[in-house]
Amino acid sequence: MKTVIVSCGTAIATSTVVANAIEEACKAEKIPVNVKQCKAAEIDAYLRDGADLIVTTSQLRSDPGIPVIKGLAFLTGIGKDAVLKEIMDILRK
Amino acid sequence: MRIIDFLDIEAISIHSPAKTSGEIITDLGTRLYKLGKVKDNFISATLKREADMPTGLPLGGEINAAIPHVDIEYVNHSALALATLEQPVIFRNMVDRDEKVYVRLVIMLALDQPKSQIRMLQEVTKILQNPDVVNRLILAETEDQILTILKTMDEEDLLVHKVQ
Repeated sequence: MKTVIVSCGTAIATSTVVANAIEEACKAEKIPVNVKQCKAAEIDAYLRDGADLIVTTSQLRSDPGIPVIKGLAFLTGIGKDAVLKEIMDILRK
Repeated sequence: MRIIDFLDIEAISIHSPAKTSGEIITDLGTRLYKLGKVKDNFISATLKREADMPTGLPLGGEINAAIPHVDIEYVNHSALALATLEQPVIFRNMVDRDEKVYVRLVIMLALDQPKSQIRMLQEVTKILQNPDVVNRLILAETEDQILTILKTMDEEDLLVHKVQ
């Protein structure tokens, strides 16, 4: 099962929306997924446990070494389908 | 819980003359503080967070938004505050702090638990994703009109769910 880290500044608001959207989409597509929500500042600790993808609504300070997708589309709706497809493609691999 | 359950009329500032993101964050934060929704250090914490991790959101049209918020420890009870700005105020893009976002709609989120209020948050994004609602909010002349627009949006949403 793939692990997705969803990060934002506080891990209470925007990442909640994004994590929920990814979980729903994966459920609909029957893709098993483990979604973890964290603050941008906590990403390094979460990476140590292993992850396949980061979806973030805040700017990352360093390169995490795994794919990073910006999740702003889940808030603004702009390009949402494309971003969701990009995420699903990575999780299906 | 729907969006209007979290938005007190006293927490709405229409056609605000604020000139900076700091001014409008302070205005809305003060409103939430007076309502007892947030602690006295909420404003300074939100200002700091906005400087470190901005919340400006380009909406792809002429009107952009910002959703300032901060950690749960500064909040007593979950609530929203909303401002429309007479003139666009500069925020920074949430995913690129070098990019300026000219904001006319500010929705401040005060959340008292992590990962909570998903429904309310989804409704906030629903506003952001609906240019018609955003335009109507900007044009609203009274706080009551703001509440009516949001209530109507909720009801239309309910109708859609019933049909489905």
